[in-house]
Amino acid sequence: MAVIEIKNVAKRFGSYQALHDINLTIDDQEFMVLLGASGCGKSTLLRIIAGLETQTTGEVWIGGRRIDHLPPKDRGIAMVFQNYAVFPHLTVFENIGFGLRMQKLPNDEVKRRVERTAELMHIEQLLSRYSGELSGGQRQRVAVARALAMEPDVILMDEPLSNLDALLRMEMRAELKGVLAESNTTAIYVTHDQVEAMSMADRISVMHEGRIVQAASPIEVYRDPAERFVAGFIGNPPMNFLPAEPTGAGQWRVAGQTLKGPDLNRPLEFAIRPEDMTLSDAGLKAKAKVVEPLGAHLLVTAEVDGTLFRAVLDSDLKVSPGDVLTLAPTPDRIRWFDPKSHHAVQ
Amino acid sequence: MNAETRSSGRFLYTASVVLLCAWVIVPLYLLLINTLSSPETVNSFPKPFWPEFDLGSLSFFAGFEGMLTALKNSILVAAMTMVMSIAIGAPAGYALSRFDFPGKGLFRLLILLTRAFPLPLLALPLAVMFIRTGLDDTVFGLALVHTTLAIPFSVLITFSLFSGIPIELEEAAWTLGCTRLTAFTKVVLPLILPGITASAIFAFVISWNEVFAAAVLTIENRTLTAFLLQNLDTSPLHLKFAGGFILVVPALIFIFAVRKYLFAMWGIANR
Ligand SMILES: Nc1ncnc2c1ncn2[C@@H]1O[C@H](COP(=O)(O)OP(=O)(O)OP(=O)(O)O)[C@@H](O)[C@H]1O
Ligand SMILES: [Mg+2]
Repeated sequence: MAVIEIKNVAKRFGSYQALHDINLTIDDQEFMVLLGASGCGKSTLLRIIAGLETQTTGEVWIGGRRIDHLPPKDRGIAMVFQNYAVFPHLTVFENIGFGLRMQKLPNDEVKRRVERTAELMHIEQLLSRYSGELSGGQRQRVAVARALAMEPDVILMDEPLSNLDALLRMEMRAELKGVLAESNTTAIYVTHDQVEAMSMADRISVMHEGRIVQAASPIEVYRDPAERFVAGFIGNPPMNFLPAEPTGAGQWRVAGQTLKGPDLNRPLEFAIRPEDMTLSDAGLKAKAKVVEPLGAHLLVTAEVDGTLFRAVLDSDLKVSPGDVLTLAPTPDRIRWFDPKSHHAVQ
Repeated sequence: MNAETRSSGRFLYTASVVLLCAWVIVPLYLLLINTLSSPETVNSFPKPFWPEFDLGSLSFFAGFEGMLTALKNSILVAAMTMVMSIAIGAPAGYALSRFDFPGKGLFRLLILLTRAFPLPLLALPLAVMFIRTGLDDTVFGLALVHTTLAIPFSVLITFSLFSGIPIELEEAAWTLGCTRLTAFTKVVLPLILPGITASAIFAFVISWNEVFAAAVLTIENRTLTAFLLQNLDTSPLHLKFAGGFILVVPALIFIFAVRKYLFAMWGIANR
């Protein structure tokens, strides 16, 4: 049982506030992804949980035990680093067995566990090599195996795949997810790659400027962004936004068109995903600027009422720059945001 | 024409290389020949081209009153300098590479500046202080002074060594069950051991070759350099040659062995 609870954690570097009042609970055996742009504080949060960084205020609990004052070795965690951190003076075998040796396990137990994890990560033929004799992908496997061999309650990973090439990354992504699902550990995985986040996570915590703006399942983060930032960050391309004026009784005026929305009497922002629109007789008038045939579909960058607007359309359609398209938003996919608080409005 | 300039350029290049090598090697060679010749040959002319492998000069050197004591003192002082400069310098190098503290840049500069301070200026107050504290004319006192001379180098070399070891390696060790200390002994130390050895040897050589402080601060317990200096006008030629040889050779061998790390130090110091 390793529930991770982060309570009111804040971190300051000098006068710079890297984390603001973070509250997050990660369930036992959950795969939690911390997702956010570079510099938003993901690594800082992970390192606070690991004990490599000390929070300015707040508490960290793992498995019902307050651990934020303990050194890293007493927290029941294992960590995988972005640059692998495979010890260069030890063989792969001794790297994987390093933590077990520190626990003073008997030799045959070390051997058994090293061999089992090596097999799991498909590196059993590399056990006698040194890190200098491994490729990046192999080093990555060693780093993961070294963490798994500890059989930790919690495994922390800081962008473990970001140094691999695209194909290998996709392969490792699936493999890592499978291995972790079987290992019964709680995992926190830091990445700035949203595809990685969507494909691996049980739950994604989207971070922005030192805050967690939404923690929810991948599909919820995608469909129902809690904040405008999330809507503009997730998705490739992300959501489109247009200003909307109320005309009464839940009717809204968006770029000259009337749409149904929440029954409120203040300006809001209308938002729609590029793929949630169809060509139709009535709808938003979009003047195509750039047309990119991407094979599976057609990406049209257009202008609606002077605002940049993207649509993902069927690849069979013939669209040229300059064409005016009439785009009808799928009604139940329309989202609304408060332009002041940036929160989603129901 | 073009080929001509090229070949004359080549000639110039080769000639300079030969000249430079000769500049260094010829004196060493003469030193070697004279050391390994009998005292009579040393004092005669012309010199043989090949050494005679006569140990007369060396045994005369060994038998010279006080010479072996001086040699022993030299080794003792150098060994103490080596140990102390690493014991003090390596933690400083570690702190410089791993921690941020106010005044870090100034501290690094000051380390270098200690080398800019002329030792003769310090000699008199140092001698007075040593006499007051009873450190004068002791091997330990001299080792202290030599340690001061060697520390800037040991700090800079170890700083560059530690900086070459990613902090993530240590952090990984901490998460795998190490304390700061065990992470250091199990991960950092094995990785920098060759470099530390080099730094220690360099400190040894600094002390081994140092003559000024040794001459000023010791009277009875002279090191080899100070002893040879003292007897420079009175001692026979073959003794000087043998002494010079004994001084130069270990220094040369050591520096040759650790040259790689000395380059690393300058790479850092110039940054
Ligand atoms: N030791 C430090 N001293 C001062 N500022 C720091 C320190 N560590 C991190 N920061 C700052 O804190 C902020 C968050 O850093 P952090 O490394 O957590 O970002 P990140 O989300 O992991 O980014 P990336 O995706 O680039 O790794 C950054 O603005 C960074 O400059
Ligand atoms: Mg980071």
